[in-house]
Amino acid sequence: MIRLILIVILNALISNVVLNQFLGICSFLGVSRQIKASASLGGAVIFVITIASAVASILYNGILVPLHLEFMKMIVFILVIAALVQIVEMFLKKKSPSVYKALGIYLPLITTNCAVLGIAIDNIDKFGYNFIESVFSGFGTAIGYTIAIVLLAGIRSRVDEEAIPRPVRGAPVVMLAAALMSIAFMGFTELQPAIETVLKGVGQ
Amino acid sequence: MSAPVIILITTLVITVIGIIVGAGLVFTGKKFHVPVDERETEVRECLPGNNCGACGYAGCDAMAAAIVAGEAPVNGCPVGGAPVAEKIGGIMGADAEFVERKIAFVRCKGTCEASGLQGNYVGIQDCRSAALAGMNLKNCDYGCMGLGSCVSVCPQGAIKLVDGVAVVNRKLCVACGLCVKTCPKGLIELIPESKFVAVQCMNRDKGPQVKKVCSAGCIGCTLCTRQCEHDAIHMDGNLARITYENCTQCGKCANKCPAHVITPPCPAKKEA
Repeated sequence: MIRLILIVILNALISNVVLNQFLGICSFLGVSRQIKASASLGGAVIFVITIASAVASILYNGILVPLHLEFMKMIVFILVIAALVQIVEMFLKKKSPSVYKALGIYLPLITTNCAVLGIAIDNIDKFGYNFIESVFSGFGTAIGYTIAIVLLAGIRSRVDEEAIPRPVRGAPVVMLAAALMSIAFMGFTELQPAIETVLKGVGQ
Repeated sequence: MSAPVIILITTLVITVIGIIVGAGLVFTGKKFHVPVDERETEVRECLPGNNCGACGYAGCDAMAAAIVAGEAPVNGCPVGGAPVAEKIGGIMGADAEFVERKIAFVRCKGTCEASGLQGNYVGIQDCRSAALAGMNLKNCDYGCMGLGSCVSVCPQGAIKLVDGVAVVNRKLCVACGLCVKTCPKGLIELIPESKFVAVQCMNRDKGPQVKKVCSAGCIGCTLCTRQCEHDAIHMDGNLARITYENCTQCGKCANKCPAHVITPPCPAKKEA
């Protein structure tokens, strides 16, 4: 149990997918205009990444490894992620048109969101997690993404009201804000060795 | 395992996964089907489909949805023009109310002669760049800079510079609004085609200061507001502003204006 909680913390804060690994930047900068829309996107990403991690883990360990087709993991994962995003899109279009409208082009872009594929592959290549650990790792990653995008949306809503010099107004100031956030999140990396030691100690 | 076997197995596995995923998608597609207004598809077919975005929407799909929802006018597509508007009007039928064509109007009369040049500008020949550097080419802080950013963005070639002030060709303008967004001074606005009377100045300073920098500026004398019988012209600070819905094009304000900054009604109408 402690192991799973630590995995979530590790992925959400310490190796934050956006601010530390620089994955999924496109939607991070694109949809962080309003807090509500960014929170909805965060919700969609939590759903997609958690399910994608689970499905990817099952497919990899259940089908690809027994058949010695590990090299096909990228294509298989992409296939599954694309389908999942389509399902989320259909679901949102039916159940919540306003959120669907607010997310616009960025919803289909979750398909190509490298955060989703990145964590599915990291779970296997980098960490070697089993099924349950992969699910929690994916969940933690998505939580980290949501934290980052909602924070940036909050900063942007404040920044938009300020008198910013004309040359940095709009996109540039958002980049600056994101960069500062990234530096702030570097503070969490101090915890990484400690957590990794504990993870090893708790054992499989 | 030999290479052909691996290839075969790989193909098989991917195909099976693909079929399962596809079946899942078909199932959810049926379950969460959202009925789309038939007219939306029809309207979409009438639009040019090059997704230029000149209408102000993200693309032709978004425009079609907006037309059917009644948010956009049937003649909102500047590329398709009148023929497309007619077709879409036919599809929308009685729903489509008549929407008057709009025309861009430059609210500045400060020609090089009226509002003299401050100096000789040799930077990038673009109003936006010059404004970014805090420049005012003419004496007036509010007026047309005369470098023609609006001229270069106009897809119809409807804007010309005449004596250092942008002038819109009423026949060519399709009211796409690109110039409105481009002008760093916010001088251009879209006004209904039938409304000719408009205040051609954006200077918000007090009269004496305006007179110092431009001989064709609104001095905020309020004479026009007293002339109007239809409650259509009001002072916005030191600047007269016309409420186009109320204006009947009588032209009394234009006749009275000491600075001649209000454009007169259409000459054809005057005769009639």
